[in-house]
Formats: sequence, C-alpha cells, structure tokens
Amino acid sequence: MSEAAMRPEIVRPTRADQDFGVVEKQLTPFERLYNLAWLRKSALLVVLALAWELYARQLDNPLLVPTFGDTVSAWWGAVASGVLPARAWVSLQVLAIGFVAGVLLAGALTVLAITTRIGTDFLETMTAMFNPLPAIALLPLALIWFGLGIGSVVFVLIHSVLWAVALNTHAGFRGVSQTLRMVGRNYGLSGLRLVIRILIPAAFPSILAGLKIGWAFAWRTLIAAELVFGVSSGKGGLGWYIFEAKNQLEIPDVFAGLLTIILIGLVVENVVFRTIEARTIRRWGMQQ
Amino acid sequence: MPDRQGSAPLLDVRGVTLQYKTRDHLVTATYRVDFSVLRSDRFVLLGPSGCGKSTLLKAVGGYMSPVEGEIMLKGSRITRPGPDRMMVFQEFDQLLPWKTVRQNVVFALETSGRLRGRAAEEKAMQYIDKVHLTRFADAYPHTLSGGMKQRVAIARGMAMEPDILLMDEPFAALDALTRQRMQDELLALWDETRFTVLFVTHSIAEAVKIGNRILLLSPHPGQVKAELNSVARDADPRAAAALEARIHDMLFLDRVEEDADV
Repeated sequence: MSEAAMRPEIVRPTRADQDFGVVEKQLTPFERLYNLAWLRKSALLVVLALAWELYARQLDNPLLVPTFGDTVSAWWGAVASGVLPARAWVSLQVLAIGFVAGVLLAGALTVLAITTRIGTDFLETMTAMFNPLPAIALLPLALIWFGLGIGSVVFVLIHSVLWAVALNTHAGFRGVSQTLRMVGRNYGLSGLRLVIRILIPAAFPSILAGLKIGWAFAWRTLIAAELVFGVSSGKGGLGWYIFEAKNQLEIPDVFAGLLTIILIGLVVENVVFRTIEARTIRRWGMQQ
Repeated sequence: MPDRQGSAPLLDVRGVTLQYKTRDHLVTATYRVDFSVLRSDRFVLLGPSGCGKSTLLKAVGGYMSPVEGEIMLKGSRITRPGPDRMMVFQEFDQLLPWKTVRQNVVFALETSGRLRGRAAEEKAMQYIDKVHLTRFADAYPHTLSGGMKQRVAIARGMAMEPDILLMDEPFAALDALTRQRMQDELLALWDETRFTVLFVTHSIAEAVKIGNRILLLSPHPGQVKAELNSVARDADPRAAAALEARIHDMLFLDRVEEDADV
C-alpha cells in the first residue's frame, strides 16, 4: 500500500456579490399568476362551464340537459325567492344535529378504546362490522324504529359519521409518540386529563381528517335520505327540493339543487376546514 | 470536589432489578444496581447499549417499577412520574408542537400546578433567557433547529425547579459541534444554579466532561462495574484523557461482549 500522492493545498478568496450573474430575480408576471392555485382552478371552471353551455345548446333538449345559463338563472331565481336557502337551511340543521351527535359518540368510544383493552376490542369489532355498511341501507329499518320524523334521518347520519371519525381518531391516538405521552405523565397528567391536554392536540391531524371524511359521508347520506323519503315534519330539505323539481319536470331546478349541494360542499371544504387547518396543524408544522 | 460525606443522599437506588417484556421475551435490564446521588451532583450513568442505563433512568422517572429493590427520592419511594423529576429526552419531538417555546414552558408549570398566570410567564421567560432563546420565545418548535429544541427542553426541565433533572442522552442526536456547545452551556447553567442532574450517555468523553461522578454499567443485564470520580473541570486535559482511557479499558475488557454491543 503506497501513500496517497501529495498535492498542493488550495485556498480561495470569497467572491464579491456583483461577480455572479443571477443571485435572485423576480419571475415573469405570467409565471407568478400561474403559481396561484385558485386562479388555475377558476380558469378550469370557466372552461368546463363553456363546454357545458356549448354541448347543451347543440343538444337543444332542456328536459335532458338544460344550458348552463338556464341553470344559473333557475338557481338565482330560487335563491332570490328564498325557497332554496330555506331548503338548504333545513338540510344543514338536520346535518348539524347528526354530525355533532356522531362526533360526540365517536369521542366517547375512542376514549373508552384507549383507556381499556376491552374498549379497543369493542371499537375495532364495531368499526369492522359497521364501517362497510352504507348508512342509507339502514334507512328502511330506521323508518320503522323512529317513524317519518327527523329522528330516523339523524339515526342514519350518526351511523355515517360515527365509524369514520372513531376509526381516524383512534388511529391518531395510537400514533402519538411514546415520548409525548411520557412528557404529559411527567407533568402529573393521567387518564382523561392526559387525553384532553396531550393526546387530542397531538392526534389532531388524524382527528381533522376523520371529521372531513365524516362530514362528506354525512352530507351524502343526508341528501340521499331526503331523496328517498322526502319531507320530514312538513319541511323538506335540498334532497326533497330536487325530488319535487324532477316530478314537475323542472330540470333546470334539479340542476340548481345539485349546484347548491356542490356549492355548500365546496364552502365547507375550502373555507371551514381549510381555515381550521391553517390555524392549527399547518401553523404547528404537523402538515406541510 | 468538596467533601459531602455528611449529607444524606437526595436519590437512593438500592438493589434495583428491572425487567420489561418484549413481544416474546422477559428481559432483565438491570440486576441489583446500587448508587446514590447527592444534592448538586452531576451524576452520569455510562455504559454500552444494552446495559439498561435508559431503563434505569425511566425507573427513576417513575415510568416503571423495580421487581426487586427500591428507589427513594428524599426518603420517599418513587411510585409514579411527577414534576419533581423532570425528564429531558433524546428525541426532538418531546416539545408539544401545538405550543410556542414560551407556551411549552408555561404549560409545564401550570399543568403540574407549580405556578399560575403571570408568575408562570415570568419564570418561563427567565429560563428561556438562560438558554439564550428569548428571541424565539414565540416561535413554534417546528421552526427551531435540533439544538434549539433541546435547549427548550432543558429550559422547561429547569424552570420546573425539580429535585433532580433526568437527562436521557439529550445531545446524542445533535451534530458534533452543536453537541460540544450544548455541553459547555449545560455546565455554565450548572455553575449558575447548581441543580442536581442524572445524565445518561454512551459517550465516555461526554461522561468525563459533564459528570463529577460516573457510574459504569456492564451489559446483559446491566450491573454496576465501577463508580468513579471524574476529573476536576479545570484540571490538566491529560488527566481527562487518562481517565477516558481507563474507563475505555474497563468497559471493553471483555472483548467477547464488545461485538454484540456495537
């Protein structure tokens, strides 16, 4: 084995700033606009609306596909007359009751599951059994048990929210690092106080994901339930609005109802949940 | 080192055997370990991996109880975790990510019932200042470097003014330069407040530098091999080097076991 070849040492002076070509340069206006996600998505929506309008005009059959313009004016008319907001309000009220009840039940079940082993077994068995069961399949049974009132809808809503939220929350709790648990116990926390002050915030990304899934399930289930059995206690929701419009062959109104469902979904996803995310997990560095 | 023969030990570990269960084994982590820590000691548990030093620290923290022997803090037996023994972990995720640096320290003080409101805020800022993080008091942990996170954890532990600070290889995950600086800062903090610390490490150099008393453990299961005095901090560097060499020889006398512990 020979020695490595000897080479002269090299030491270089640091260059001055002006020697470099580009250190930092602003992007062109187009590049900057193209970087805005909302602008790109809005442009896509405009293209889709145009395609819809053109296809509907070419088809020229308002009973099958009304034009985009007709749909928007039907929607605007229904909003201005107050019918659509009232129907949406009815749906949202029922939804809120079912969602909150489902989340509370899920919370109770998960706390039971992480504090006792039998609770874990119970939660795992129940979610394995009921999670694959579409909530709407329970509606006929719910109608027999709870009658035509709001009770049966709330029952199926709870079913649609409970398992998704419980599953995610439980997975989140189990994912909390051993170190964080030990830190909490070091402060003298245990039992429910440890859950509330350490586990829930630490598992918040999973909990929020569960809430989002639960919301989406509940929203779909609600509209489907309303379509199937319509009016509850004299006032109908959005599903009933669509059902009625279809019976009267007011197809632009059917589309307006669908549009409202989409709009509410978008607002909840992009405003409500996005704000919660920005204020919590993104600020805490738990999500990029 | 001043003579402290007369004072009663702060922490007394007597004949402690620790066992834990893995999926299919019952493992004896330490076997009849004895040592006692006096007030203002910088007591180091040193040994290769598998010598049960971290398990021992967890037992002192109250996270597990010995199957044999007892651990006494100020004359009473340790049964559960509590704020009189603050842990500083090796992992960077020991800070609560949903709280800022200041809130992390305040939360510890308030949750454990040590202090409330303004008093907690002031105490927190006092210790955050001690670890030179005043500028970052309102930053969230994910924006800090590894070394800064460990400094927050140390500030949090010290702000609680525990009877004893338990440090589980707190600098092991840091780069060499940062580690050295953190060791110097820890010693400077000790000069200021003379806290008692039980420090776990697998680095001989770190043990000699940080500790005033070093407990050497041999592995599988952990047993006391020796309890040594470290060299004075202002001593000749050659004395430290000699002690390091001596400890190295003691730990690696059994060449057979060395292979299993790399």
